[in-house]
Amino acid sequence: MSADALTSGGPVSSAGRDRRQVRKFPVKQVLGLAGILGFLGTWELIPRLGIINERFLPPASEVIVALVRDFGLTAFWIAVVETMTAWFLGLVIAVALAVLLGFVIGSSDFLRKATNSTVEFLRPIPSVALIPLAVLLFGVKIESSLMLITYAAFWQVLIQVLYGVADIDMVANNTAKTYGLGRMARIRYVVFPTALPYLMTGVRLAATVALVLAITAELVIGSPGLGREIALAQSGGAISGMYALVLATGLIGVLINAVMRFIEKKTLSWHSSVRSEVIV
Amino acid sequence: MKPLKTLGYVLALPVLLVLLWWASTLGAVNFFVPTPATLVAKFGEVWFGPRFFSDVLPSLGRLLVGVVAAIIIGVVGGVLIGSVKWLRALLEPTLEFFRAIPPPVLVPVLILLMGITDSMKVAVIISGCVWPVLLNTIEGVRAVDGVLSDSAHTYGIDGWARVRYLVLPSASPQIMAGVRQSLSLGLILMVISEMFASSSGLGFTIVQFQRSFAIPEMWSGIVVLGLLGVAMSFIFQWAERNILRWYHGQKEVENAA
Repeated sequence: MSADALTSGGPVSSAGRDRRQVRKFPVKQVLGLAGILGFLGTWELIPRLGIINERFLPPASEVIVALVRDFGLTAFWIAVVETMTAWFLGLVIAVALAVLLGFVIGSSDFLRKATNSTVEFLRPIPSVALIPLAVLLFGVKIESSLMLITYAAFWQVLIQVLYGVADIDMVANNTAKTYGLGRMARIRYVVFPTALPYLMTGVRLAATVALVLAITAELVIGSPGLGREIALAQSGGAISGMYALVLATGLIGVLINAVMRFIEKKTLSWHSSVRSEVIV
Repeated sequence: MKPLKTLGYVLALPVLLVLLWWASTLGAVNFFVPTPATLVAKFGEVWFGPRFFSDVLPSLGRLLVGVVAAIIIGVVGGVLIGSVKWLRALLEPTLEFFRAIPPPVLVPVLILLMGITDSMKVAVIISGCVWPVLLNTIEGVRAVDGVLSDSAHTYGIDGWARVRYLVLPSASPQIMAGVRQSLSLGLILMVISEMFASSSGLGFTIVQFQRSFAIPEMWSGIVVLGLLGVAMSFIFQWAERNILRWYHGQKEVENAA
């Protein structure tokens, strides 16, 4: 399943590589598939042989049946949409804030020095520390999730943008100045392209973190979404349903990774790191 | 003059922020935001008492055991999987999937399998922290310099000596990158596992304060977690500087050239 999601990520750019792989026997893919099947087989056997009680770890086949049944349920998709909405909104807010602040702070030497200690202090604070505050302020609504997601994702992006803006090529910048490019034009044509690869790395990391925090908020606080469904299934004794939902979150994670890598590749297709990757 | 200026840069903004906070809580009493003085007083009162031994130390102990175990499992497994080509191809998609599962969902699963015990909380931390270390180690082992690897082979350096003197050092920058990720993840998982189901520990205590509307106490708990995060990041940076001293030196030489 995961292999499918990954290869379907870039049909256009990977077409050349696919053709090469057709000629050769795809050993790697077959082994990978065997690995997944082997894992599912082991999972199937452990409860069947009674190593772990079937009540606590249902066999893989049962869980997959439950997952497929979930795919046909409206309630499941509503929960997925709720989780993804919180994920997306939180990510967008965090990226917008971080890009804005990152460019402002990064382009001034004074601001960079003055904020360094504060950033280094606030960044490692685990966002889960804010859970009680979020509950107090917003209760079990989407705002609680948004607060946690935004806080966690913000730092990932901000740090990368700061690095990126600092990485600017002084020769390019001075050349642009000589040619009479104004401040805005330089930000658009010199600083932004320099910082973009860093920004994309930050966004990719932030997307993963945002999903973790979205699920956490739903699980611990009880705001609506997949996390809450998992907690409900567990306390309600719907064990194979719970395992199915856990698998579903994993699939969403794989999907987000694949989409993010695809977007990174597309937006940075001009950049040497990506170009050389495609050629080799 | 120079150190004074540096100190000014380091302290100016934090001092300004605290002053702002103090000024804004001066007039109207806000139920949600305590004054700095109350917070400091509560902080001492709450955390430097018996609670330090009943809640803070056990939490830290679980975190330490979990993270260390995750690092050991991750490095050993990573070296093994990274050195054997077919094993890597066999396991990679499955591992990628496990890495993509958000670790907090493992809390209810492990509660089911192990009950609400200390070992469950340690298992939550291990099962979340192991992936960054494992996958980074695999990458690092895979990217061992070909010439070095062949040279070592020619000199008859094999088995354990090869792992000790070639594979581990050249993978160590990657391994440290993984460890950095899993440290912050470990702190998050420690808190979550205690918030979800527990009767002691930092996460439990903070949620308890929040549920009983003990607002300054709750804030002091948030501060404790923040300080913990900052302390861990400092310890990690110190350790990384020492372990990877040769690497940073090499980078500097390369960049200077």
